[in-house]
Amino acid sequence: MSVNGRTYERDVEPRMLLVDFLRQDLDLTGTHAGCEHGVCGACTVLVNGRSLRSCLMFAVQANGASVETIEGLANADGSLSILQECFHDHHGLQCGFCTPGMLMTLTEHLRENATPDEQELRVVLTGNLCRCTGYQAIVEAGLDAARRMRAKKEAAE
Amino acid sequence: MKPGPFTYHDPTELADAVALIGAHENARALAGGQSLVPMMNFRYAMPDHLIDLNGVSGLSFIDCGERIRLGAMTRQRDVEFSSDLQHAVPILREALLNVGHRQTRNRGTIGGSICNLDPSAEMPAIMLLHDAELTAQSTRGVRKIPMNKFALGFMTTSLEPDELLTEISFARWGKGHGYGFHEYARRHGDFAICSAGVLIEADSRGEVARIAIVVGGLGATPVRLSAFEAAAKGHRLADELIAEAAAAASRMDALSDAHFSADYRRHLAGVLTRRAMKSAFERIGVAAYV
Repeated sequence: MSVNGRTYERDVEPRMLLVDFLRQDLDLTGTHAGCEHGVCGACTVLVNGRSLRSCLMFAVQANGASVETIEGLANADGSLSILQECFHDHHGLQCGFCTPGMLMTLTEHLRENATPDEQELRVVLTGNLCRCTGYQAIVEAGLDAARRMRAKKEAAE
Repeated sequence: MKPGPFTYHDPTELADAVALIGAHENARALAGGQSLVPMMNFRYAMPDHLIDLNGVSGLSFIDCGERIRLGAMTRQRDVEFSSDLQHAVPILREALLNVGHRQTRNRGTIGGSICNLDPSAEMPAIMLLHDAELTAQSTRGVRKIPMNKFALGFMTTSLEPDELLTEISFARWGKGHGYGFHEYARRHGDFAICSAGVLIEADSRGEVARIAIVVGGLGATPVRLSAFEAAAKGHRLADELIAEAAAAASRMDALSDAHFSADYRRHLAGVLTRRAMKSAFERIGVAAYV
């Protein structure tokens, strides 16, 4: 499978979950294993562009797929992406456990919806639990990221 | 590793998938995995053979013809974003938005949800509401099962161990029909405690030409208010009809469990049926004041 643009080939047991494969076999520990039964959303990654819970998919099912994780979000020079920067600026995290999942969920949504409103982001984020922030700062970060992405796109045009 | 060991099969043709499920003892079909994989992670489910349907061709389709046809492996996401379905069966999306979250709908399938048959799950209720017909296939042949014969009991379908659900189909309701789906869950996206769905076709006199009401979460499987439906035909679309539907829903049999009493479920059934009726009225263009 390809993970963040890099190709990996491994033999794994069928019962190896995608989240465990990323963390244990590929040492990509940015994806967090939270509840491990599909409730908390911390393990959210993108597979072929779609957000999903990597604790509810077997690694073998991602054979040949293109996987994106939190490790792939930053810019090539190592600087934070717009979305990451906005989480930083708005204090969209405290302990940081849910953050990888939050970022991946919002990454998918903002790719498809350049002009989200607050209610829409709140609904999209229902699949990701955060016990620190009360979500307010996360929603603000998402809205600001959408604004900044639009501004950047306009500047480039 | 959390799940127990199993032999993994990833057929690409339906005939192979059917042969595999027929040939192995303690085999489970893997659809979207949004219920089965948690069960496997907890080791509540320990199949010896897992037959992954995700690579099987021809099981994912949406056909909005004379009848609505959905492939069993159609992702909930694809149903959610289908403008054809939104046009033809608007209640489907309204109910589907209560099914889990974006990440689970990206993966979860319509057929998987129906086969899992959680008592308060939305998709089985919507299929019962539409008198859907399910197509099951095994090496013994193809079988059509009406939804009311499919849901046998608590998370128990009439599928035989060697059968796979391949297709769900149902007749569409008339243009401009009223619809409404309401549910109550402690958190959005959780399994509902109770849900209600309503479809109404009105005639030119503003009377009920056809009505269907389903309530989920009361007992082991969703139930239709068949007696009320039959009695309501020809009645005027008025507030009294909403009140009568709510009363009928709150008289249904209900089960108690550790979390919610039967009385509370019946109360919710009444409230949610009233709301769903009201939505259906409003969508037909009849104001409701209850």
